[in-house]
Amino acid sequence: MVRQLTSRFWSDARHYQIAALATLVVFNLGWIDFGARPLNTAAAIGACLITQIVCSRVFNVPLDLRSPLITGFSLSLLLRADEAWIHALAGVIGIASKFILRLDGKHIWNPAGLSIVVLLFATPGHVWISPGSWGSQVWFAALLAFFAILVLGAARRSDIAIFFIGTHAALLVARALWLGDPLTIPLHQLQSGSLLIFTFFMISDPRTSPDSRLGRFIFAASVALLAHYMAFFMQMRPALYIALIGLAPFVFLIDRILPAERFAWSRPTPQGATS
Amino acid sequence: MTRARLKSTVAIAAMLAQLAAQTGPAAAFCGFYVAKADSKLFNKSSKVVLTRDGDTTAITMASDYEGSPKEFAVVIPVPTFIERKQIGVVDMKTVDHLDAYTAPRLVEYHDGDPCAPQVAMVRRSAAVPAPTALAMAPDSVRHKGVTVEATYDVGEYDVSILSAKESDGLVNWLTDNGYRIPGGAEGVLGSYIKQNMRFFIAKVNLDRMKLIGAGYLRPLQVRYDTAKFMLPLRLGTVNANGPQDLIVYALTKNGRVEAANYRTVKLPSDINVPLYVKNDFGTFYKAMFDHAVRKEDMRAVFVEYAWDMGWCDPCAADPLSNKQLVELGARWIGSDDDTPYRKFGNTGGANAYVTRLHVRYDAKSFPEDLVFIETKDRTNFQGRYVLQHPWKGTASCQAATQYRATLPNRFRQEARNLADITGWSQKDIETRMEQNGQSTKGAK
Repeated sequence: MVRQLTSRFWSDARHYQIAALATLVVFNLGWIDFGARPLNTAAAIGACLITQIVCSRVFNVPLDLRSPLITGFSLSLLLRADEAWIHALAGVIGIASKFILRLDGKHIWNPAGLSIVVLLFATPGHVWISPGSWGSQVWFAALLAFFAILVLGAARRSDIAIFFIGTHAALLVARALWLGDPLTIPLHQLQSGSLLIFTFFMISDPRTSPDSRLGRFIFAASVALLAHYMAFFMQMRPALYIALIGLAPFVFLIDRILPAERFAWSRPTPQGATS
Repeated sequence: MTRARLKSTVAIAAMLAQLAAQTGPAAAFCGFYVAKADSKLFNKSSKVVLTRDGDTTAITMASDYEGSPKEFAVVIPVPTFIERKQIGVVDMKTVDHLDAYTAPRLVEYHDGDPCAPQVAMVRRSAAVPAPTALAMAPDSVRHKGVTVEATYDVGEYDVSILSAKESDGLVNWLTDNGYRIPGGAEGVLGSYIKQNMRFFIAKVNLDRMKLIGAGYLRPLQVRYDTAKFMLPLRLGTVNANGPQDLIVYALTKNGRVEAANYRTVKLPSDINVPLYVKNDFGTFYKAMFDHAVRKEDMRAVFVEYAWDMGWCDPCAADPLSNKQLVELGARWIGSDDDTPYRKFGNTGGANAYVTRLHVRYDAKSFPEDLVFIETKDRTNFQGRYVLQHPWKGTASCQAATQYRATLPNRFRQEARNLADITGWSQKDIETRMEQNGQSTKGAK
């Protein structure tokens, strides 16, 4: 019985993700980032869960708390604000957007990414993005854990994370070569915790990525290119999120041109917004 | 009282600087010093005041350069063309004042008579300056095409703004003009050239320096608008002799400044330490900083102070005046009169917040330039170390006996604290405490 439960628990990649993110959040609050506050974290996670519960009722879809938990953790790790209500607002915006802003039966934006971008523009006096400077040990541990989850979870769409980080890294290396900089610079630039969260939990969100493999590659490479341009030529700091959110509507275009099977977390497919 | 406090602060500061010159690591700031002759250059500490309001940035560079002024030169990559009115010199006292105001402090408390409990507090603070020294051994190369976009006389400095198309040309121009460029600088200069940066080059005009008669080099200030909130460190690491120290005093409107591309860490603070630390606060602070740097593998930026400029508690120095803040570039505060900058009530819009960051870096641990972000976090932080003097009275009530029985444990805890944050041996600490009248005998 216990065994059955355990094996069922670990059958969904999201459970690994939740465990890894929860560990990171604890680390983040305790040791890594003194800009992170427990109250804000609680507000983000609480708001995500409550919004999911309310929206599931309103839209009459089965309740699943795993995805909002992932969104809440991601927001806690990435978003910084001087007041806790902003984290709560971030949770509400992100989760509500999944239910409201939909096209072709699929939500348009990754919830955490959307709320970060909305708040950056709407409340610039209150929010900033955590640089995600976790230190190399935690960064490597997180990279290994996320990568292991990706492989073990065998999520069919995990290739987008590889496509993205590959393009992103290649662009950084190309820039260093062009400038004549040592390669320690791009290596250092890659060591950002925020980049890992973005790669493994945002752009790779299977519900908002293109259905076909080629489509995912095109999308990942476009986000990396746009973000690179914005970061280095326009000096925009939260370039990754803005690039992802800005390009997300094109996923529908890519899906039209390159159709493939629609993603669902597990089979049989539950209908509605579960991610 | 205040005067006496300031005096001892200065004495401790001076002592540490001297010590650093003998043994400490090298320091340089965002530019690098280049010698016009073969003599060694020393730059004991580099201090940069970075003031930012939106994209408007003022960068004030001070150094304890002690070599011959005719051999002083500085090269700083800047993101835009710089006009004459964007350059100035700042009174060294202003930078020193900000340094003293934000310095880590030692605070002293006295236990009351346990037989007649009361609160009697005496506070004293001590400032610690930036450690360190720089030695730069230069090298030479050859010549080609550079545009001298402008030359200015700024106080005792001759300033040139250069743009270049390739690093060879720039290196050669500098060499031909008598500057000595450290070997390996070419690659870094080339990188800045490709990023469309210009070069702000300053050397000392001896005649004007004599005329001004300051007797030392005043801090140079450059103001410009840029989306890049950064400090170019890389040139300073070229050919550097060991790690260097840099203290950044960031003045902003909204809140704490942190590094965007390196880990920002708060130094240990609010810790009770043995009383003997008072005699040697400089050594203590240096050891604590070294230990923190080691713990972070020299890959972190340390916060020493982050506080609203409108108040302080305890104040390590008198508050800066509006005039001084404006001199440092905080032009948004709305007044430049010579009265202390204090916030009374909600004046709105006049906020000034200071973050003091201390970085020890070399080319390996800090491969790219420091990039900052201004956060909205206004939580106050200060490096504060506490001396708790035991009550020395002779009364013998029961409370006094109990009080005395608690002391060895308390002293041991202080020893443990000191050992934890400095890496010193607890046994040695306890021996010194014993000599200083803080016995841990009988402690559990």
